Amino acid sequence: MSQDCIILLTRPPVCITTDAAYRTEHQNKKMIHSLFLINCSGDIFLEKHWKSVVSQSVCDYFFEAQEKAVDVENVPPVISTPHHYLISIYRDKIFFVSVIQTEVPPLFVIEFLHRVADTFQDYFGECSETAIKDNVVIVYELLEEMLDNGFPLATESNILKELIKPPTILRSVVNSITGSSNVGDTLPTGQLSNIPWRRAGVKYTNNEAYFDVIEEIDAIIDKSGSTVFAEIQGVIDSCIKLSGMPDLSLSFMNPRLLDDVSFHPCIRFKRWESERVLSFIPPDGNFRLISYRVSSQNLVAIPVYVKHMISFKENSSSGRFDVTIGPKQNMGKTVEGVVMTVHMPKAVLNMNLTASQGSYTFDPVTKVLTWDVGKITPQKLPNLKGIVNLQSGAPKPEENPSLNIQFKIQQLAISGLKVNRLDMYGEKYKPFKGVKYITKAGKFQSLGSRIVLG
Amino acid sequence: MSTSQAYNEEKGGSSSLGEPEYGHDPASGGIFSSDYKRHDDLKEMLDSNKDSLKLEAMKRIVAMIARGKNASDLFPAVVKNVACKNIEVKKLVYVYLVRYAEEQQDLALLSISTFQRGLKDPNQLIRASALRVLSSIRVPIIVPIMMLAIKEAASDMSPYVRKTAAHAIPKLYSLDSDQKDQLIEVIEKLLADKTTLVAGSVVMAFEEVCPERIDLIHKNYRKLCNLLIDVEEWGQVVIINMLTRYARTQFLSPNQNESLLEENAEKAFYGSDEEDAKDDKTEAASLVKRKPYVMDPDHRLLLRNTKPLLQSRNAAVVMAVAQLYFHLAPKAEVGVIAKALVRLLRSHSEVQYVVLQNVATMSIKRRGMFEPYLKSFYIRSTDPTQIKILKLEVLTNLANETNISTILREFQTYIRSMDKDFVAATIQAIGRCATNIGKVRDTCLNGLVQLLSNRDELVVAESVVVIKKLLQMQPSQHSEIIKHMAKLTDNIQVPMARASILWLIGEYCEHVPKIAPDVLRKMAKSFTNEEDIVKLQVINLAAKLYLTNSKQSKLLTQYVLNLAKYDQNYDIRDRARFIRQLIVPTEKSGALNKYAKKLFLAQKPAPILESSFKDRDHFQLGSLSHLLNAKAVGYQELPDWPDEAPDPSVRNVEVPEWTKCTSREKRKEKVEKPFYSDSEGESGPTESADSGEGSICHDVRAWASVAVGTDSLTPSLPGQHLTLGSPSEEEEEEGKKAKKKKPQRDREGGSESSSEEGSVSESSSSESDSGSDAEESQSETETKRRKTVKSSDPNRDQRHGDFCFICPGILPLPSLYPHLISSVPQVISPVFSSVKTYELLHRMTGEGLSVEYYFSRQPFAPDPHMVAVQIQFSNNTDSEVKNVRISEPKLLSGMRVQEFKEIESLAPGETTSVVMGIDFCDSTQAANFQLCTHTRQFYGAIQPPVGELMAPVFMSENEFKKEQGKLTGMSEITEKLTLPETCQSDHTIVQRVTSAANVSRVPCGADNEYRFAAKTVTSGSLVLITLEKKEGALAQLTVNSEKMVIGTMLVKDIIQALTQ
Repeated sequence: MSQDCIILLTRPPVCITTDAAYRTEHQNKKMIHSLFLINCSGDIFLEKHWKSVVSQSVCDYFFEAQEKAVDVENVPPVISTPHHYLISIYRDKIFFVSVIQTEVPPLFVIEFLHRVADTFQDYFGECSETAIKDNVVIVYELLEEMLDNGFPLATESNILKELIKPPTILRSVVNSITGSSNVGDTLPTGQLSNIPWRRAGVKYTNNEAYFDVIEEIDAIIDKSGSTVFAEIQGVIDSCIKLSGMPDLSLSFMNPRLLDDVSFHPCIRFKRWESERVLSFIPPDGNFRLISYRVSSQNLVAIPVYVKHMISFKENSSSGRFDVTIGPKQNMGKTVEGVVMTVHMPKAVLNMNLTASQGSYTFDPVTKVLTWDVGKITPQKLPNLKGIVNLQSGAPKPEENPSLNIQFKIQQLAISGLKVNRLDMYGEKYKPFKGVKYITKAGKFQSLGSRIVLG
Repeated sequence: MSTSQAYNEEKGGSSSLGEPEYGHDPASGGIFSSDYKRHDDLKEMLDSNKDSLKLEAMKRIVAMIARGKNASDLFPAVVKNVACKNIEVKKLVYVYLVRYAEEQQDLALLSISTFQRGLKDPNQLIRASALRVLSSIRVPIIVPIMMLAIKEAASDMSPYVRKTAAHAIPKLYSLDSDQKDQLIEVIEKLLADKTTLVAGSVVMAFEEVCPERIDLIHKNYRKLCNLLIDVEEWGQVVIINMLTRYARTQFLSPNQNESLLEENAEKAFYGSDEEDAKDDKTEAASLVKRKPYVMDPDHRLLLRNTKPLLQSRNAAVVMAVAQLYFHLAPKAEVGVIAKALVRLLRSHSEVQYVVLQNVATMSIKRRGMFEPYLKSFYIRSTDPTQIKILKLEVLTNLANETNISTILREFQTYIRSMDKDFVAATIQAIGRCATNIGKVRDTCLNGLVQLLSNRDELVVAESVVVIKKLLQMQPSQHSEIIKHMAKLTDNIQVPMARASILWLIGEYCEHVPKIAPDVLRKMAKSFTNEEDIVKLQVINLAAKLYLTNSKQSKLLTQYVLNLAKYDQNYDIRDRARFIRQLIVPTEKSGALNKYAKKLFLAQKPAPILESSFKDRDHFQLGSLSHLLNAKAVGYQELPDWPDEAPDPSVRNVEVPEWTKCTSREKRKEKVEKPFYSDSEGESGPTESADSGEGSICHDVRAWASVAVGTDSLTPSLPGQHLTLGSPSEEEEEEGKKAKKKKPQRDREGGSESSSEEGSVSESSSSESDSGSDAEESQSETETKRRKTVKSSDPNRDQRHGDFCFICPGILPLPSLYPHLISSVPQVISPVFSSVKTYELLHRMTGEGLSVEYYFSRQPFAPDPHMVAVQIQFSNNTDSEVKNVRISEPKLLSGMRVQEFKEIESLAPGETTSVVMGIDFCDSTQAANFQLCTHTRQFYGAIQPPVGELMAPVFMSENEFKKEQGKLTGMSEITEKLTLPETCQSDHTIVQRVTSAANVSRVPCGADNEYRFAAKTVTSGSLVLITLEKKEGALAQLTVNSEKMVIGTMLVKDIIQALTQ
């Protein structure tokens, strides 16, 4: 007892490790030592150790950094402490803080932590504190399978789902009555199969394969309306519910568009290199097949334009605000779900605006103006204008608020990418196939106009 | 035991101490007593017979552990359930056990037997999970049990269990580092494993236990390169990082020529004439020695096989490849990684953070690489500040004369950002651009001066600091700016900025003679309210003014110095005292007084604005150490390139001899080997394990990927593309065939060949080892597929057998590659039949080493006058046999021996074969020699049957008759014989003759006549054989040859072969 107290007092707060751990610390080389989940108010609500226990107090260094960073986004992902390194990610209002003791590629850990968050999302529908707390046993079982001694073991969703069944309302009711469990009673063979990403013995009555081609436009438009930077980030997300061991090949009308692609491991790289065909045995369920980037400037069509004018009068505490959004190069499709957000300068007190369409809100605390426009009809262009009130006595703002715009265009891949056909081999049945195209705004930003002084 | 007891006590203490710490958790907010009570009911539940109750209890316990609560007092109750039938209870018990076993060592031992039983389970998954939990229990007492279990699992049939064994190695090592040597043995064994499942895990174990044992990698290097694409993502990262280090020790720098040229140019420029003459020689010599840099094919293999991984979805893999290219690739090729890295910038902000740090380092060294992607580093207002600042860093690094105007325009928009830290960083970035690119210095300076009238004080302050640095470079032209800044002292409050202005005025007081004293006056007034750093600069200013303009500033200076004398800060007091002594002349003041002006107004070098990422690339990119810019614990230094490449042959997996031959010959060698070795040798445990349910398909994919690599070499390889019919089925089949074939192949040192192999003959010998395997497996299966009846259900295991019997080996089709023969015009590939193996050393006399040889009937490449002898060594002892070689050949005059390269070591149970060439001078005298090992010498002799002294030749019937006509009389030997019943058919006759002698058949018009032709190996004399069948079983054999002795002996041998 007394001995212990001494240890607590004399050692720096970080290493209140057990004696056994201390003894072997110098050789304790491994990837991820421990994981702490911390919510925004700084509570550690879950901890998992893959080897000797590391005290929660190690997180104090993290809290310190968090305080210094002010903004959650600015917490450095890698923090060095006297005895450990903390590598963290921030996802869905949760910090995943991992404790590392030795050299390891930081991206290795970061990528893994994101994989953990993805798995939670996949299992519980959301990756939130409540979901994790409600399913703490499953979470623990998952973490146990995903890492062995700090090194990733099974991270494929298909394998995990064979090992540990995801919770459903029905199953939890049944389980509580029958006392059966959510752990797979048959041992998974997925890990052993020659295609580790697909679980064995898949059976569906309706065999379906859906592909969503989703493209996001990242663009910076300067005040004159010309494009400073634009690129398209595309993904093909698939939802495949096919029985047995289907072997699919997906071909495009214009595969040349895809010059920078990253693949799901199931894709046969060789086929792509030689024939520009995506050939793969898919995982079961939802997964991201490829993601790609189309960056050539002239290929990127900008589907909307924004005309905006913000002006403040000299020696007056008010100004004018006028924004119009219109369609441009939208290939005859409707631009919908348009939302504009503007971070107004700090001096703005409130705004009295009228929207020709949709509704707007202005948050006087965060100074964020949000205008939910909805659909753009070319006949009547949406417009938002009115008066900006400044704090009295405050100097005229000189910062340029930039406008962030979100929109959606259904049934269009803005890059022009088109799926040609999907063929299935290896199984006899006729699957139902579907392809959907969506274009969205990614990081779409219109640089603020120079504020006109009048 | 005493330690563990003390330890337990301690733990008890800490747990009760630790308890209140968790009190903030509302769920555990109970009082101690109630806690214990609750634990009591958990114990009850655990003791019950119902699985559902047990499960409930375990779930609650795991929830406690997850919240960081102590549940160690439940250990006895929990550990009893370790053998529970319910799988979920069992799993949760494992979770508990792994967490608390270390604290309750004695009790944990109770569970060990359960796991030991599990290790023997017929189900591979149960074996694996038993090993996993057993190795996770950190109880030193079970180290021997763990060691045993790991060793056993390392030779398990199932690759999954072997993978688990690899995972267990670092666990055991961290528990007891004394086991290192034994563990290294296991690692060595697992490194030789050929399944992708194991590769990543074992390399991870290697990195943790013995990263310094680079020699273990040699033999596995090519295999790892080839498997890489099919290893799971996490394993890929570990392997790539390890291979980067490996390559740095084994290959030469691909950029050495370039650096040498630069060096040279410099020398020539500066070198004086007299020296030149001598220098030139040495230079030239070194140039000659080093100039012809040819990349090691293995180096190329690594670069080629990692490149596709740039398209991985896993950022860590992409980064790993990027760093590999950065550290290993020739400058011209590094560019390929830029695109992939830029793609990662779309990922999560943490990923961006790490990637940008690395890009920042790379962009200093290789600016051109990222220039095309300049716009991808443009900053968005929504980026987090830390990302913005990193992007700014990259943009600054990328700035050059051509793009600076675009970058500056971009910077201008950033300055208006609301994020002040970012604005400050932007101003500094502008400063850096200005110092680095002289062209825009004035523009930048003007821009910064404009910022001085910015309303935001922070912006102004930062600008002042940057302007100060810039002005130092050319102060004389900018007195206007200094004046402008002097005026700012009235308004600006940021201490650093005030200090900077004061320093500037002091330093360049000659340029602003009127303003300077006035500024000092104002500062003297406010001196007491200033920050320390400002005060120090006020003193400096005063001193400098005193020295240059003492008339106006004498009193002010003294006033300031007096104020400083009583300042609270001792630095300021010290400075004041020091300066007073230095500048104010008194009778006591020493010699320094005279030099005061020189001291204060010396020319000061302008500061160099450098990137903080400069020289960070001495850390391996992508590493934690690089990110922190400090050596992290356990960081492995990236070694420098060696000056001389170490012996590349260490990576040869096959018999070293073969590398000497051209690849053509080697391939031919391979062709026939299966025939001899089919029945020999037992496959090692790992090999046989390959036929388990392992990731066979992976392997096929791996080979396929290699085939992609060698695409350019094999434009017409028919087997290369999978037919589009039904890929999955094919792949399955391929998998199975490959599976069947594999053990066989392993025995022969991983070498075979196929009918199509000739088309790759251009590839260099060392890389073709791996390449040919791949192609061959593909094309071969392709051929097989044609023969095999396709089954609609490829999943049946029984079918393995079928494949096996249909294709017992690879049928060589010599006629398919006539171009192989072209180098040795008339000699054609041998005709095969059963071949005799001769014993060179019996295992009894050889004390466990047995040596056999046979005549492979291949042309011996290094010397066409030699007969190739294939020698096969098998080590039947328990220990390694080292340095097997030939010494002191005792030969008759004229005979020559081409020895095989020394076999460095032969592991127990291993078999290896080598080729040696002997020129027998067309005689059947034995070649005698000593066969040496590291301990013993054995006498050996190789005596060729006469039939092996020749090589087959192709000729037409007419030629044959013509030649025969020349060889009559003394040169013709005729013998009569009776053919036995068993030897009447054409086939048997031909077969028996060709087995007795290395001859080829000559077409013949008559059906009762057989003709064969050959040439002796040494002298090239023709040997013509004619066999005429007469009525009944009678026959007549005629041999025509100049070499009468040979002819006579040959007749004897052939008759014996036919009449047997």
